[in-house]
Amino acid sequence: MRTKWHWLLPLLVAGVIGLAAGCGGDDDEEGTPSGTTAAETESSGGASGGTLVFAGASDPVVLDGALVSDGESIRVITQVFETLVALKPGTTEPEPGLAESWEPNDDGTVWTFKIRDGVTFHDGETLDAEAVCFNFDRWYNFEGPLQNPGATYYWQVVFGGFATFNKDSGAPEESLYESCEATDATTAVLTLTKPSATFIPALSQQAFSIASPKALQEFKADEGTVDADGIFSPSGTFGTEHPIGTGPFEFVSWTRNDRLVLKRYEDYWGDKAKLDELIVRPIADNAARVQALQTGEIQGYDLVEPQDIATIEADDELQIIDRPAFNVAYVGFNIAKKPTDDPKVREAIAYGLDRESVVDNFYSGRAVVATQFMPPEVVGYADDVPTYEYDPEKAKQTLTDAGYTLPVPLEFWYPTDVSRPYMPDPKRNFEAFAASLNKSGFKVTAKSAPWNPDYLGRANEGTAGNLRMLGWTGDYGDADNFIGTFFQTPQKAWGTTTKPLTEIQKLLNDAEIETEQSARESLYQEANRKIMTELPGVPYAHSKPALAFTAQVKGYVASPTTNESFASVSIEE
Amino acid sequence: MLRFVVRRLLLLIPVLIGLSILVFLWIRALPGSPATTLLGERATPEAIAAINEQYGLNKPLHVQYFAYVENVAQFDFGDSVTSRRPVIDEFGQRFPATIELAFAAMLFSMLIGLPLGFFAAKRYGGVLDQLSLVASLLGISVPIFVLAIILKFVFAVKLGLLPTVGRISVLINIDHPTNFYVLDALLAGDLEAFWDTLKHLILPAIALGSIPLAIVARITRAAVLDVQNEDYVRTARAKGVAPRTVDTRHILRNAMLPIATIIGLQTGLLLSGAVLTETVFAYPGIGTWLVEAIKARNYPVLQGGILFIALVFVLVNLLVDLSYALLNPRIRLS
Repeated sequence: MRTKWHWLLPLLVAGVIGLAAGCGGDDDEEGTPSGTTAAETESSGGASGGTLVFAGASDPVVLDGALVSDGESIRVITQVFETLVALKPGTTEPEPGLAESWEPNDDGTVWTFKIRDGVTFHDGETLDAEAVCFNFDRWYNFEGPLQNPGATYYWQVVFGGFATFNKDSGAPEESLYESCEATDATTAVLTLTKPSATFIPALSQQAFSIASPKALQEFKADEGTVDADGIFSPSGTFGTEHPIGTGPFEFVSWTRNDRLVLKRYEDYWGDKAKLDELIVRPIADNAARVQALQTGEIQGYDLVEPQDIATIEADDELQIIDRPAFNVAYVGFNIAKKPTDDPKVREAIAYGLDRESVVDNFYSGRAVVATQFMPPEVVGYADDVPTYEYDPEKAKQTLTDAGYTLPVPLEFWYPTDVSRPYMPDPKRNFEAFAASLNKSGFKVTAKSAPWNPDYLGRANEGTAGNLRMLGWTGDYGDADNFIGTFFQTPQKAWGTTTKPLTEIQKLLNDAEIETEQSARESLYQEANRKIMTELPGVPYAHSKPALAFTAQVKGYVASPTTNESFASVSIEE
Repeated sequence: MLRFVVRRLLLLIPVLIGLSILVFLWIRALPGSPATTLLGERATPEAIAAINEQYGLNKPLHVQYFAYVENVAQFDFGDSVTSRRPVIDEFGQRFPATIELAFAAMLFSMLIGLPLGFFAAKRYGGVLDQLSLVASLLGISVPIFVLAIILKFVFAVKLGLLPTVGRISVLINIDHPTNFYVLDALLAGDLEAFWDTLKHLILPAIALGSIPLAIVARITRAAVLDVQNEDYVRTARAKGVAPRTVDTRHILRNAMLPIATIIGLQTGLLLSGAVLTETVFAYPGIGTWLVEAIKARNYPVLQGGILFIALVFVLVNLLVDLSYALLNPRIRLS
């Protein structure tokens, strides 16, 4: 009798799996490899567009654009809210959003926005100039912990300080913002404390999303408690249960760590969303995202790892969508430190860095060699900057002509314990660069530190040797957010506090207040040429992130700034 | 018995105080801070100072610690730095997920491990014994994430039978009054949701249960081997007691003591979060919560989370000790 029992064990396991799997299978299509979902199948016969399930890497923090800077919150906010200035899909070029047009006065301090007529918020309220000014006044009057750079990072980058100044908050004292006045229902006049043109493209960021004033007040967007540690937690439900904007999707529900559900807003002023429903769910693990896409549990995800691209591309049921590069990886120099204080040495380094082989070997074909400190998609990119092809002989020649005895010592820093989108594998990049420099008349001393906090601390303080590896991902599509960030004000990191790059600074200051677009563009182009002549560093890569979808998903337009709307997305049979 | 329980519960107080000090210091000894983690490339000295000020991180350590203890005494564990939600709320949502998964994994490991170990001992040296040895070695030596990926590939990607991520299909809507999804589905009376939650548990439970299964099988085998050669077993057999009764009442019951210990300890371990399994199956439990908190230097979550887990671990051990008295009447707890 007993011998028969042995065979029952594996059968029992298989039976339990099969039973549970089989029983639910008829009702619920999840887990089928075809990539279709129950809701999608039900709705495919009608005019409606079905449900798309998209995976992010984590849950959003809170759905209030003014208070977040994380990508997952911003992804959802982009669907629910809109901004005065939008970006042409797939580009960084500003186009009318909730404002139909805008006009500066002569000195660029007063900007008149014509607000779009016939737009309603998801709660039925009408969008008008007063609602717009209500939002600006809300941001400007943030107090206490809301003035912390961690909470209102983008306001501070674009507008600086707030109505009240608190020196402990970390926010700057001066503000670019002066006032917003609704002169009639469709005209909002924004007055600045000094001329600025960079704030127009910056207004396309989700931090400047226009929310329903009624909802902001009713659901107490700014109320919350501050605990003993000083952390602000909103007690109102605006950002968690009632995020009310004008976007093509409206909020339905949010179950933390599980799903966030949006549905099409039927009274949307523009082209209505094609999908009935958009569900965003958090899947932190990369391998889990790939498999969930293969099984059809999700129909798309962001942040595809380079090693998965070949697998996804080889599968007819799946597709990869490229996002244009919007970052820059660079080898930065400390121009106050010997020998990198000598322009000739910097030129020799530029010839001695084999950027092409680094980009070819360590970016899985997902990057282009950078010629300047901003990506080609940004206005102000110059096609005619000085370039430096890898040429060890020329590097040595430059050094000996300048009177140096070879090899010239260099202290070169790279970060450990980190992978950034623009620099997936810092150590290998470093090793390749060090080898190419050693062939070019230099003697590299390798130094490394953990990214957080030692490496970043050293880089910012200007104590990371002669050369350091770093990069930047843009916040919004303006040259000011790239080269302005690096070179407009003197920074210890580059040694520009000791040896200022005055000409470049002047060009960047002029460009910031120039309101005429083509004149601005020329100023930034000139700045880029000047930077690549002075060589405070050598940019080497712009990497292209990728998204993955099932093959049936159509109409997704990837944007360099990741401001991607799902309104144009549909699921086809 | 009551005195024993009360004394063990009182002992919890010094344990938790000591642990809270250790955790508090340990977390602050980690390089980095919430400020540098939040800001990344944008971490200017001014911004870091502002965040440290906001989070009270610039105060002396003992001041920070006593402020923390004062709050904890009022059941205020602070708010998560990343999600800005109260730590206790996040724990309340994630712990049921972990319990559900740990329970399913232990059920799996006991359902398979106990019979496997028992029959391996009964057929000592036979084919089944050898097979159980191989299975146990595999269970212990195959890394969980490898097993998880293989299971997912076979049962989800290739066969399309089971889901790969989460606790429930996103197309099913039920309320979650308890946050135990299986229970919630039953409470909602939704059979489809019930099956769906079970399906979501199967692969993670097998992956997570593989190690306890191996351990339970080996311990059961050893314990049964010990007991079945005891005099009283031989006597029972000699008296003509039915083989099944000998197996269950004389052998298994007496072999249960070490098995119960190991099951208790394993359950305690599983309840402290299964980092790898939770990560690979995007299962929102305690393990991934704490790992994310370490990465983000999320002090309130780490402090609160580790204290909760210690509490759970101590309580599970207490239950194991109590179960001894039930399994073996000769043991007196005092």
